[in-house]
Parts: sequence; structure tokens; C-alpha cells
Amino acid sequence: MSTDTDTNDSQSNESQPDETGHEATDSHGHPIDPAHEDPAHGDHAHGASDLQYVIIAGILAAITGLEVLVSYLDIGPLFLPVLLILMAIKFVTVVSFFMHLKFDNKIFSLMFYGGLFLAIFVYAAALATFHFFS
Amino acid sequence: MSDTTIDVAAPTTGEPDTPDESAASPVGAEPRDDAGDHGDHDVPFAPHTSTGVTNVKLAMWLFLGSECLLFGGLISTYMLYRNRHSEGIGPDQLWDIPFTSASSFILLMSSLTMVLAVSAAGRKDDRNTHIWLSVTALLGALFIAGQVYEFTTFYNEGLGYTTSLFGSSFYTLTGFHGVHVSVGIIMLLALVGMSMRKKLHGDKAETIEMVGLYWHFVDIVWIIIFTVVYLIPA
Repeated sequence: MSTDTDTNDSQSNESQPDETGHEATDSHGHPIDPAHEDPAHGDHAHGASDLQYVIIAGILAAITGLEVLVSYLDIGPLFLPVLLILMAIKFVTVVSFFMHLKFDNKIFSLMFYGGLFLAIFVYAAALATFHFFS
Repeated sequence: MSDTTIDVAAPTTGEPDTPDESAASPVGAEPRDDAGDHGDHDVPFAPHTSTGVTNVKLAMWLFLGSECLLFGGLISTYMLYRNRHSEGIGPDQLWDIPFTSASSFILLMSSLTMVLAVSAAGRKDDRNTHIWLSVTALLGALFIAGQVYEFTTFYNEGLGYTTSLFGSSFYTLTGFHGVHVSVGIIMLLALVGMSMRKKLHGDKAETIEMVGLYWHFVDIVWIIIFTVVYLIPA
């Protein structure tokens, strides 16, 4: 068959439907809309810009500083929850933005968070058998 | 595809199985069907797998998911044994929070330089890719140097690997993490060397992205270790 996109530039490769009529996807597994594809960014069009990465790193550094500050303060029963929440924010931010999981195919999230929550469940159960939480 | 009209204006690179690729093949040449070998093509490709994503990336995420179980076991063991130490050689006496905070900051910034390297690789900007990869390796080496200094200090203060259950679980956890960082540094330096010598075959941006995923993973493991081991008192 002859396609009407044969004369397009090379960036249009990803947007070709295959011969079975399936929608083309990028390497992240997302369907590609040729009208919204940005040739200048190619495969990484769905990620953040370099400036945004720098801003995110600044926020992560600030949260780290806040963690250290909290560790020196006496905030009573809030101490543990605050530190764990700050830790979780940093964790999710790095995974979502630096590791692109927020922009990637959901199957990667399933692989990673599946392993993570399995680990949390298994080791929480193991620690419970040693009366760690009591 | 055999029923594709040959068009001289078609792109010259791309996924072998696409209509465009067949159109780009020299007349009479055998169409390539090696979907896994993309050579040094510069064009992002659509992975033709049953999942719609590249197998390499899927395998890397599966590996990282399994690594969660490894470090989960090590962190749990440390939490269980952190109070099992001799008098005067426990976390409260040994930890140097300002020093460890600086180490954490260095590793956090290495994640920034790594993501900038991945971004530069996506733009086919080899110069900046090499620079950011090298800076990432340097920051990783600084972190390891800090860990060696910390281990030496603790050992001199009386905390050996077999001194107590606390010492064993602490050195095992942070040592495993240090080994992961060291492996990451080796991969980063290998990437820079191979890329500069044009020995990096396949999709270069994807290869760098895979090493980046590994590097960010060791960073998020340290995010947990820093809070659970160092900041939360035993």
C-alpha cells in the first residue's frame, strides 16, 4: 500500500500505523498523535525540560534540608510521620520525574510499584512476627 | 512491506518493519527484519513488541522492582537489629548528621546531572551528554569517598563488622548500597568511553536512559536509608 506520509520527514516514523491497522506508539508505549509530536525533542517530548529538572532538584535539596532540620527539632509525636512523609515525597518525585515514570507507559509503574509494595508488605509482615511494631 | 510504493523522498532511517523503511531500502536490497538491532540510527523508533514498549526498558523496570525486595530485606534487618549494640558504640554516638547530609546532597545532585545527561542524549547532543555523564560519575565517586571515610571513622571508634548485630546490619546495608553506586560509576565511565570511541551500538539514548534509571534507583534507595537509618533515632 502506498501511504500519504511517505514524503514526511523522518520524525514521522513513529506515527505510522502498521499494516494491521494498529495505532503506532512511541518507545514509552504511548499512542502518537502526529499533530502533537515535537521533532525537536523526539523520544523525550513527554518529559520535563532541563530547567524544570533543575527546579525539581532544588525542591528535593530543600526537602532534604527540611528533613535534617526536623531531625534536630523536638516536635513530639509528629516527628516520625513528618520525616516519613518528607521521605515519601522525595522518593515519588525522583521516580516520577527523574525516572520519567509519570510520563511513561503504565506497565513500568506496575513493574516497579508492584515490586515496591510487595517488598513493603512482605517485610512489614516479617517485622511484625518479631513484634517490631509493638 | 512488500506492497509499499517505493518513494525516493521517504526517510532513510527508522524502524525496519515500517512502510517507510521498506521504501528507504535500496532497490533490490533485502528488507531488514532485525527489529532488535537498530544500528546507529538517530531516529526514535516505535517498539514492535506485544507490550508496545521496548523489552530492554521493561526488563530494567522489572529488575528495579526486584531490587526493592533486596533492599527491603536489608533495611528491615537493620531496623530489627539497630538496638543490638555494645554500650557506647550505637547510632547516637557514631552518626555525624551534617557529614551524611552533605553526602546525601551530593548523591541527590548526581541524579540531576544524570537526568540532564539523558536529556542531552535525547537531543543527540553528544558533548553535553559526555560532560553530564562524567559529572555524575564524579559526584558518585565523591559519595563513595565519603562512605569510605565514614566507615573508617566508625571502625576506628570501635564498630567492626562483627562487633554487634547493629554493626553487621549497618555495614551490610550501606555496603550493598555502596557497591551499587560503584557499579553505577563503572557503567557511567564505560558509557562515556564507548560513546567517545563510537563503540556504543544500538539506540544510544535508550542505553543512557537505562543506566540513568539504575542511577536514580540507587539515589531513591539512599533517600530511604538516609531517613530510616540516620535521621530516625534508634
